Amino acid sequence: MTDTSGNRSNPLAQSQGMTRRQALGVVVLVVAAVFVWMVFAQWPDWLKAVLISKKAFLSAILNGLTLAGLYFLVASGFTLVFGLMRNVNLAHGSLYLLGAYIGYEFAEWTGYWLIGVAAGFLVLAVVGLVMQITVFRRLEGQDLRQTLVTIGISVVAADLMLAYWGGTTYQILTPRWLSGAIKLPVVTAVRSNGTEVFLVYPFYRLIVLFSAIVIGIGLWLLINRTRIGSMIRAGVDDRDMLAASGVNVHFVFAIVFALGAGLAGLAGVVGGSALSVAPGEDIRYLLASLVVVIVGGMGSIVGAAIGALIIGLAEQIGLVYFPTYGVVLTFVIMVITLAIRPQGIMGRSL
Amino acid sequence: MTDLTLTPAASRTASQGWIEKVGIGHILLAFFLLIYPVMASDFFLTQIGGYSLVLGMIALSLMLLAGYGGMVSLAQITVAGAAGYVVAIFGENNSGVYGFGWPWWIYGPLAIMIASLMSALIGWIAVRTEGIYTIMITLAVATACFYFAQQNYALFNGFPGYNGLRAPDVFGLYWRDPVPFYYLCLANAVVAYIAVLYGARSTFGLTLQAIRDNPRRMRAIGFNVTAHKVFAWWLAGLIAGAAGILLVWFNGRISPGTIAVGPSINILVIAIIGGLRHPIGPFIGAVIVTLMQTFAIDIIGAERFNTLIGLVFLLIVFVSPDGILGLWERLKPQAGRDDWRSFKKAANKAEKKGRNA
Repeated sequence: MTDTSGNRSNPLAQSQGMTRRQALGVVVLVVAAVFVWMVFAQWPDWLKAVLISKKAFLSAILNGLTLAGLYFLVASGFTLVFGLMRNVNLAHGSLYLLGAYIGYEFAEWTGYWLIGVAAGFLVLAVVGLVMQITVFRRLEGQDLRQTLVTIGISVVAADLMLAYWGGTTYQILTPRWLSGAIKLPVVTAVRSNGTEVFLVYPFYRLIVLFSAIVIGIGLWLLINRTRIGSMIRAGVDDRDMLAASGVNVHFVFAIVFALGAGLAGLAGVVGGSALSVAPGEDIRYLLASLVVVIVGGMGSIVGAAIGALIIGLAEQIGLVYFPTYGVVLTFVIMVITLAIRPQGIMGRSL
Repeated sequence: MTDLTLTPAASRTASQGWIEKVGIGHILLAFFLLIYPVMASDFFLTQIGGYSLVLGMIALSLMLLAGYGGMVSLAQITVAGAAGYVVAIFGENNSGVYGFGWPWWIYGPLAIMIASLMSALIGWIAVRTEGIYTIMITLAVATACFYFAQQNYALFNGFPGYNGLRAPDVFGLYWRDPVPFYYLCLANAVVAYIAVLYGARSTFGLTLQAIRDNPRRMRAIGFNVTAHKVFAWWLAGLIAGAAGILLVWFNGRISPGTIAVGPSINILVIAIIGGLRHPIGPFIGAVIVTLMQTFAIDIIGAERFNTLIGLVFLLIVFVSPDGILGLWERLKPQAGRDDWRSFKKAANKAEKKGRNA
């Protein structure tokens, strides 16, 4: 690898070889090349000895990616709400679970899965709107009290959901066009008679990943390319100045809270179809959103995506290679991030 | 409720008699707590009295951090649980895993020490950030510990946890019998209460409160803010750890359910309902929550207890951010209020003087 442009502008760099940025680029390229090789090549025996089998490894990666997609859907709402309102919504997991239950009810009632997804988003958006207007607007600027209120809401909500839906596990049925498995063009092994074994993966999970990417791009466009997005960004930077320049901040807050809650509800339906719906899931996804935004940085959509990717992959790889210590891996990532960069990877300085 | 000694009354002069120094309220309260076993049945003694004192101690460790340090932690039950697991592993259990059978005077201090170190570690992680982040990070830590204890069979014996933990027999008394257990909890709670009350007026306590109010200024003056905060976490860990030992002796078992998110939120609820202004608050909160827990069956049915407690919690947060103590402050007899006001005026004057100087 030779570098030209960097050296001409900075003669000092000549003696050091590469600049830091270029070194990072090389590392990324090498890692990517190794990864591509691992995906497409036949694995030698020593690699199998380290990583069990190619199928296990690739499944873990794919599961990690889809889980990351789900985590991103949940955490993006959480991080948006925090970034704008400085409101740590610890009832976010409850919103996820409520969305899943509502999606289940609507899907069962109408028979259309997509209606369930839409209902999960819309109903939860309304719930979020009501929460913002009736509760959080009254406690504006009081971080601690707002957070305590969300804790109280989550306790009550978990109990009422348990009362209504009971302790049983629900499974939201995906429509036929989404279920089933597809063969990926990746050979995991070659049988002795020469036939190639392809990697088979549930189609629905790929759809989860795909929809998370689409929604992520949509959110990014909304924040960075629209008028309401520029209001949100301005609000994140300086709320008072935004209000002073004639924008109805309460309107912006309500929109963002509804969007965040709606995304949690949507994630509930999508996640409830991929996995299952049961009491206790609220805590699981609350933890996931917390860790994702702590690692990725509060208030940043890109940070939520990066955090979700790291945590999703770590969780699934941990599940395959050291089952009982998987949680510790997540935890260690959080601690390392806090130690090196307390504000998170994409976070602004505190 | 008894009258509370507020700082002005206690810090006036040393020439006052010891009764005024300790406060008539404290004396009445101590008298009541000492003769409580005479009037209470075994159920009220252990399930209400002992249990409230244990929960109150855990909530007191939270009050120490939140009230004086401005760090609201949701990991206090995790610290108590760590002490509980140490008791289960090094003491005796009948789950057939570990249970080294060490005597109580070795595993007790060991448990408190490990719990306090763990608390300091959590604190060291949490103080990297400030304000509202502390709640998030401690909640993440508490949840991660819960899932870890549930998944890990090698050390924590997974989902079932440890059963058959027995309080020791010392001086011919079985310490889980109602009366000894009550007095044991009372003694621990009183030591912790007095330590927090007087610790708050020590140099360290005042420094901690100053850091809570303005960390930047304290850093500029030359105080090591991080070290003070971590030390506060370590102290809170001592209290929570001692309470954790009492908790496993009370329950006779420890499982991941003990350190789940529900119980950890419960501790916060207790502290907030009682009030974070004064160390008596957590104990008031604990008594209220325990009584509600016991008698909610008659009001709302055992299953919907969480809804009830959640609604009470929301009500308190909305109506009185300082909990029951705050309500008491507002409704207090006029004379006491004058006292409080004159103190505030004096404090304001002193502050102005300080600024002018």
